[in-house]
Amino acid sequence: MTDTRTIKVDVLARVEGEGSLYLKVEGDEVKEARLKIFEPPRFFEAFLRGRDFHEAPDITARICGICPVAYQMSACHAMEQIFGVDIDQTIRELRRLLYCGEWIESHVLHVYMLHAPDFMGYQSAIEMAADHASIVERGLRLKKAGNQLMTLLGGREVHPINVKVGGFYKAPSKADVKTLLEELKWARDAAEETVRWVAQFDMPTFEKDYAFVALHHPDEYPLNEGRLISNRGLDIPIDDFFEHFEESHVAHSNALHASHKEYGAYFVGPIARYALNYQQLSAYTRAVAADIGFDRVCRNPFESIVIRSLETLYACDEAIRIMEQYEEPLSPCAPLDVKAGVGFGCTEAPRGICLHRYEVDEEGAIVDARIVPPTSQNQKSIEDDLMQFASAHIELSDDDLTWQCEQAIRNYDPCISCATHFLKLDVERLPAPKEDEDATE
Amino acid sequence: MSETKTKPTLAVWKFTSCDGCQLSLLDCEDELLAIAGAVDIAYFPEATRAMKPGPYDVSLVEGSLSTPEHLEQIKEIRAQSHILVSIGACATSGGIQALRNLQNVDEMTSAVYAHPEYIETLADSRPVDAEVHVDFMLRGCPISKAQLIELLIALLQQRKPNLAQGSVCMECKKKQVVCVMVAKGQPCLGPVTHAGCDALCPSYNRGCFGCFGHAPDANVESIVEVWRHIGCSDRTLHRAFDQFHAGTEVAARARAYIDASTSEDEKGSET
Repeated sequence: MTDTRTIKVDVLARVEGEGSLYLKVEGDEVKEARLKIFEPPRFFEAFLRGRDFHEAPDITARICGICPVAYQMSACHAMEQIFGVDIDQTIRELRRLLYCGEWIESHVLHVYMLHAPDFMGYQSAIEMAADHASIVERGLRLKKAGNQLMTLLGGREVHPINVKVGGFYKAPSKADVKTLLEELKWARDAAEETVRWVAQFDMPTFEKDYAFVALHHPDEYPLNEGRLISNRGLDIPIDDFFEHFEESHVAHSNALHASHKEYGAYFVGPIARYALNYQQLSAYTRAVAADIGFDRVCRNPFESIVIRSLETLYACDEAIRIMEQYEEPLSPCAPLDVKAGVGFGCTEAPRGICLHRYEVDEEGAIVDARIVPPTSQNQKSIEDDLMQFASAHIELSDDDLTWQCEQAIRNYDPCISCATHFLKLDVERLPAPKEDEDATE
Repeated sequence: MSETKTKPTLAVWKFTSCDGCQLSLLDCEDELLAIAGAVDIAYFPEATRAMKPGPYDVSLVEGSLSTPEHLEQIKEIRAQSHILVSIGACATSGGIQALRNLQNVDEMTSAVYAHPEYIETLADSRPVDAEVHVDFMLRGCPISKAQLIELLIALLQQRKPNLAQGSVCMECKKKQVVCVMVAKGQPCLGPVTHAGCDALCPSYNRGCFGCFGHAPDANVESIVEVWRHIGCSDRTLHRAFDQFHAGTEVAARARAYIDASTSEDEKGSET
């Protein structure tokens, strides 16, 4: 006789957006593991059609309140590819600085407020603050340092208004950049303390040989530019994305599952970036990583909290480098020569690669838009992890199994708002025969 | 611990949205622990696993209503909440996803979805106050942190919150920002956009694009003519009004006026 256990969490907490967890266990066998996404669709790609190219950064930012810069940067780079714009070094560095701000605020939100309470045994960071006030206060100030960079360069924390195709509306003054420098130096110290704090957490034993996919740039840790590489031999320009990856519709989810055409499920985000770009981290970050025994490829997603903290340290270090060398540009924006064409942008959102493809007409109106957010790419990995993790821990009580499975989902810092807002089961975009796929490129 | 019982309870709800407005509460890094000390955060799934049943003293509602289920849920939330505040463009006007209200949704659904039977969606994206009574509204895409804190303090002190009134144009004057429309000929929606952002875009050398929604008594007919005078096409005008608040009556009035007053040249160029 086999007992059937059902583990359900109707509203997943401490994730961005609306999802639920469903696990069906028969005897000691896990029959089904699902991350159900019920966040309703918002039709972004449909209403981008007919809009002007210059609206893409403002409109796509609204897909996600937590990582708007990722959408703005991917959109800008795609449009600039179409118009053949040359971005000067100062603007390039300012964009990196803005992106560092987003990595810091987003990573710290996850590390301190969404993920650490799992390891510390609290329902929330606010509850955790009652016993560990100084730790939570450090997290809040560190998060604020990221948001201060967002405000300096973008005008505000959520949905920055200062980003445009070609650069910025207004470049910050040297004096304004300088006033934040001391706070970023404090933040770098706080980030190092964070790394050492989370490295002591008890990590559930769990490892998998994931297919990691991330951007790679020879000279820098990837944010805005690079080629797409994997630990399975992939090395392609971003324009070839749809020749190697496909998206499919799964009935229980309002988001598409992305997979690699050969190796299926793949993993994007901090652990993948770190595995593929360790040598591009700053010397300071690598020294701290080595000191805590993380100068290696990490294959345990529960340890993502350590990698996210190391990336926060890197983002602070990189921000300081850029701020110390900053000189005001002659113009905050490159001139644009609007023309028809197709362009790709792919940048590293805090949660992994965020790919945009646009087709615009000769007046700059968007004819077609296609966007692949990070969480839809990780959804298959998340469910595979749930299946394997629950199978190995079947002896736990329902309460403990539920909490740890929630944690297995939170390991990915899933942004369900992002994932679903691309519910775009466009007939022409379903996994298509190869010749059709080629015809659209 | 006995104090906890006397603390007012706060709930934070999400409908169709990007999460950015409720994130603004977590972005109050300097005030968050003080807020958590003054109120009992009873329901806020983005921040905590602990979820307490209602009734709640204050509910903050983010997002627009866009599925049949939402219409039931919002009534239940209203019934459970002493004070209900809609926060952000989605909750106060239907948000950017209200752009679908302008299209034939049946056509769109069958064109966009491989399995339309799985997708439950309303024909339009609705603001919260279309379905239930709302006590206060915080505008903006996203909301302003300063206004959010003022609202919470006011409710704790049992007084009316002092929220921004008037237009972005007035805020610009107060801030002494040079007018981007008059001085630089850039299109700006400041005169018809609700105040609350502290004239953010003009301070960054760009025209307001209306993310705080329409100002009370917005004179859309006049702003349309000003934009035409500085060389904007009807297409540009339509895009400007049909963006973050396309579901409102003011946007509908602007659409109607632009089309009714279009010039012969524009009629030719639209084809």
